[in-house]
Parts: sequence; C-alpha cells; structure tokens
Amino acid sequence: MPEEVTKLIHKYLRHDKKFPHVWCPGCGNGIVLGALIRAIDRLGLAKDEIVLASGIGCAGRMPVYVDFNTLHTTHGRALTFATGIKLAKPSLTVIIVMGDGDATAIGGNHFIHAARRNLNLTAIIINNQIYGMTGGQHSPTTPYGCNTTTSPYGHIEQAFSIAELAVAAGAAFVARGTVYHAQLLEGLLEKGIQKSGFSVVEVMSNCHIQFGRRNKMGDPVTMIKWLKHHAVTIEKAGKMTHDSMKDKFTIGILADVEKPVYTEEYQKIREEAKRSAKEPKR
Amino acid sequence: MNDPKKRTQPGPGTKKTKSAHESGASKKPRKLFDQIIFRDWCKSCGICSAFCPENVIGRDQSGAPMIECPDNCIGCRFCELHCPDFAITIKERHTAPGRNRS
Repeated sequence: MPEEVTKLIHKYLRHDKKFPHVWCPGCGNGIVLGALIRAIDRLGLAKDEIVLASGIGCAGRMPVYVDFNTLHTTHGRALTFATGIKLAKPSLTVIIVMGDGDATAIGGNHFIHAARRNLNLTAIIINNQIYGMTGGQHSPTTPYGCNTTTSPYGHIEQAFSIAELAVAAGAAFVARGTVYHAQLLEGLLEKGIQKSGFSVVEVMSNCHIQFGRRNKMGDPVTMIKWLKHHAVTIEKAGKMTHDSMKDKFTIGILADVEKPVYTEEYQKIREEAKRSAKEPKR
Repeated sequence: MNDPKKRTQPGPGTKKTKSAHESGASKKPRKLFDQIIFRDWCKSCGICSAFCPENVIGRDQSGAPMIECPDNCIGCRFCELHCPDFAITIKERHTAPGRNRS
C-alpha cells in the first residue's frame, strides 16, 4: 500500500478550484475519484496523456477537480465527445465518468453503440439509483418498489442492470464495484484502463440525500453498509441459489474478452485508403 | 525498542484492545500511526468513525470526527481510502530514540 494515500491524491487535484468539493457530505463520488486517481497513479500515466470527460449530473463535476485534460459535456453525450477525441488522437487515454441516468437514460443509445463498436475507451458509470442533482426523480436503475419524488407510492418499473447491459451490448471489459470495496474498485479501474477495448466499470454508489432519505437510509453510513451487505463477489454468486441472490448484486469482473478494437481497425482502414489513393488508376 | 513506554499508557476506551496487544509485548514493537484530520475539507459525514475497526475515531457533539485513542490505530487506512473529501491522513509514527515526542 502506498505511503500516505491522501498526499498522493493531492498531487492530482486542481487546488485553484473551490475545495471542499461540491458533493454532499459522505457522497460516494469522492470515494470513486480517490480510487480513480490511485489507479492512474499505479499505472504511472502522465497527466497530459489522460482525458477525463463527463456528462451532466453529480458525477459530471468530477473532471473539474482533477488536473488532467478534462471535458464537461452535454447531458448523455459524454461518450460521443470521447469517441471524437479518441479517433482524433488515439494515443490519449480517454476515461468517461457518467451517472446512471446520464449513461442509460439520456445517453442510453450512445452507450450501447459505443460498447458495440468496441472503442478503446473506459467508461465509469456511477450508479446511485436516482437522479440526485435534479431533485430525486426515478432513473432507469431505481429498484422496483423504491420511493422517489416522481414515484411517491413506490416505483413500478423494473431496474436496468448496467453491467449486464454492457455485456450484452458487446463491451470488451465489464466490471462492477461499490464505494465500500474501494480497494477492489481501484483494481477494477486499473484493469479497465489497461484493457484495449471498450471497458465499463459500474460503481454502485450512495445517494443518501435523495434516495436514502426517501427509503429509510438517510445517512451515508447506513447506505454504505447496505452496499456492503448486498454485494456478492462473482465467485461466491455462482454457488448461491437464485432466491438468495434476489435482492443482491454481483461485484467483480463480469466479462473480459478479446475483440478487434475500433480505433486499431480505423487506423488500418486509413492506411489502406492512403495506399490505394497512391496507386495509379487503371 | 523505544515504543513500549508509549504503548503501556492507558487511554480512554482502550481496555479491550490493549490487553490483546500487550500479550505480545516481548515481540518486535508494534507500529504506531498518527491520524491527521484536515478540518477545512472535512464535512463530518461520519464514515471514518463508523467503519474504524479499532474505534480510534469518534465523533464530537457537532458530529465532527475526533481522534480518541491514536495509539490503537492499526494502520488499515480504511478511513483514508473511504474519505470522500480527502480530509484524513494516516501517517506512520517514527519516534527517534531518546527523544520525547508529542
């Protein structure tokens, strides 16, 4: 373990921005930011080699605080901007931070098609099961029966499972972590960034202000304990029955496959086109 | 070598854990840690005090974290890894021999 973790994190923060950050006390976004910085530090990447893009929402504030190349884009379109960056300059490491509503509701189409294309990007999706910033409306990942501002008598829709959606859409690397398992999350992020191909890391986070207060979990500690008790490692989940897994979710690496990467294929096509253009026409 | 003097000092709420550590006093000295809280960034969310395995961190009346028994810290760094505001640091305590450090 590195000596003085906080000191390491401070190396990557923009100290000219207003601190402490804008997130609520105990918000999981800060824990994810810490894990991301530690993962990047472990990989030894230079600050200028990294692009951190984000959409709108609580998670969208993350690039503001870190000293990388950062981009704060429109709602749900973080992946499209990131696609442009990656194709224009494939040498950059592009990381996208999105919330659950940002990635699967407004940007749902972009998300599944980025996964299908297998672009060499790393998407971090912070899943707090609600639209936290706009006042607690239900999102595609709000579990059945939960109370939100727009579902005061209980939510009647079924929730998305983002990680399984990404597996089905064809992402090369899919993992799920929680803010409680910070060290596991750090490892997953490290593997996700290293992986050549579209990697999705879903992070189960806490929104005790909007989600917790309406569902009898009004403080961060209760919500993080909830995450602790409902997370099951993928190895353990294989031994459990379907009924005992009912209200639980799996954590760990859900998919890790080798596929042709879009950015590499695109380079090949460019070279092919250049060569054929030089050849004399018959 | 120089640590046992410090270790035997009684602290508040340390009865349980102290006896366990003292049994192995003849072995090499246990590592000690300092906890530094950066008050300007702390939002008093309570994560560090709730999850501390040795109850080193408590909370005062306003809910802000308070170091209760620094010598009990085992250096697991759970608080440091889970502080959303990067407001706590765990530092290994290096005491020079023959020097009285606070």
